[in-house]
Amino acid sequence: MSDMRELYQEVILDHNRKPRNCYVMDCANRSADGHNPLCGDTVKVYLRIEDGIIEEVSFQGAGCAICTASTSLMTESVKGKTVAEAEHLFDEFHHMLTGVAAEQGVELGKLKVFEGVREYPVRVKCATLAWHTLHAAMEDEDEPVTTE
Amino acid sequence: MKVPGPQFRSCAASSGRSAGPRETQLRNCGPGTSGILDVERIRADFPALAQEAHGRPLVYLDNAATTQKPRRVIDTVTRFYERDCANVHRGVHLLSQRATVAYESARTTIKNHLGAADSREIVFTRGTTEGINLVASSFVRPRLEPGDEVLITGMEHHSNIVPWQLLCETTGAVLKVVPITDSGELELDRYAELLSNRTRIVGVVHISNALGTVNPVRAMIELAHARGVPVLVDGAQAVPHGRVDVRALDCDFYVFSGHKVYGPSGIGALYGKREHLLGMVPYQGGGDMILSVTWEGTTYAEPPHRFEAGTPNIEGAIGLAAALDYRDSLGLDAVAAHESELLALATDAVLAIPGVRLIGTADRRAGVLSFVMDGVHPHDIGTILDSDGVAVRAGHHCAQPVMKRFNISATVRASFGVYNTADEITRLVEALHKVKEVFG
Repeated sequence: MSDMRELYQEVILDHNRKPRNCYVMDCANRSADGHNPLCGDTVKVYLRIEDGIIEEVSFQGAGCAICTASTSLMTESVKGKTVAEAEHLFDEFHHMLTGVAAEQGVELGKLKVFEGVREYPVRVKCATLAWHTLHAAMEDEDEPVTTE
Repeated sequence: MKVPGPQFRSCAASSGRSAGPRETQLRNCGPGTSGILDVERIRADFPALAQEAHGRPLVYLDNAATTQKPRRVIDTVTRFYERDCANVHRGVHLLSQRATVAYESARTTIKNHLGAADSREIVFTRGTTEGINLVASSFVRPRLEPGDEVLITGMEHHSNIVPWQLLCETTGAVLKVVPITDSGELELDRYAELLSNRTRIVGVVHISNALGTVNPVRAMIELAHARGVPVLVDGAQAVPHGRVDVRALDCDFYVFSGHKVYGPSGIGALYGKREHLLGMVPYQGGGDMILSVTWEGTTYAEPPHRFEAGTPNIEGAIGLAAALDYRDSLGLDAVAAHESELLALATDAVLAIPGVRLIGTADRRAGVLSFVMDGVHPHDIGTILDSDGVAVRAGHHCAQPVMKRFNISATVRASFGVYNTADEITRLVEALHKVKEVFG
């Protein structure tokens, strides 16, 4: 059970219960759909980017606790950042989950609560779906992204 | 429309329609023998069960995905490689003769298990999926005109949906779907209405892998035949839980997989009525499916070899026959009664947990308990159960239309086999309580 508490940390459970920035954004100028075919979970990420800065970010959907909390925390983490900073954060987050050494020295802050997911390889995609979708929205890709 | 059918027992948690004498596709194997199964002895036959998962004795409840293998199957496959390994049908040497005899005997064993009349009605395949694709390509495709209809049901596995979608895309035929009720049963009145003079094939799952529903396939076949429509039955989940009798069912095609019935993966069988197989074009071209090959043209072999191009999965076929023989040796009635008791026990135990809701509450269910829990996603449940040594499936079970019908993205599925015990259901329930602890 102790390892389950490590995976499902209080911050994760809290964001799962009360996801932040979970709404449809009418004034979004970018958006993308993400899909995890393995579990059928889907997420839509909305962005309002002005002068290269993510002024507003929100989402709809998600699925399991890891996926929902990760999406919620992603929105909190990238709000107010430049697109380039958000991409660096994604890189760093991805490195943490796949066990590859950090390269850029970006501060992950609250996102560190997902460190335990590294021990559960089948769940890594649940944690990264939001970020792949964010990436697609920033790139303004038309095709839905998948974790496969 | 109510259709009686005793072939798979109702679980005790359901209201249970009375079993009528009409449905006879299961052979009568004598009086009920529930409780006489020596499960501890059976467990000893399965080496994989004697291990720990995350520090606790493994509780394997993912049998609808695949089953563990008994020593007899493992030994049969090993013995083939150690002693009889040769190609079949062609060699004049001793090993090839032994391999050929073993392979063709396996066909006879499967014929007997399905109650077919003739071994030549049994085609070895890679599994259920290939069996369905074979029928779609070789039997249905040549008969389809634009506007013709393929009729399947809303509770099919993707393997009994996608081959038909592909076929319809290329032929201009139309896919029709029988809807399902809130309890997870087929709307049989709608089925009768959807059978039209354009219907060229009916594809129906015998037991739903996502809901556990046992479908009244005998009655459905009767209705289809009254309109001259052939029927393919997907028996992937049915063969593991009871004896199927294809002649009593009068189905035109019946498909199943070996690995879900304690046999090897990559092997399965298609039963097809001889008159159908004789008229069918080959599925794949290659060695072993021909009589003669010249530049002017090729003459195909007779069924079943016409449909078995290339060197087959010889050890798989032999292993599958060993698996069916093994299960038979336990007594099919006892096995069915044991699994039915487990399902009833698990249904009651899981429903006693606050916030748990069953998906699929049909009167007749077998093998599968599908459920969701308020406020917790099935994937999180699956991970927490796994950390406690309990293996279940969490997801859409390759039946996304079923998930959509119930407005969910996934369920937790516990599925039972001959070696599961009441103690293991207690472990499942304990682990589900841990989910509640974590999620509060």
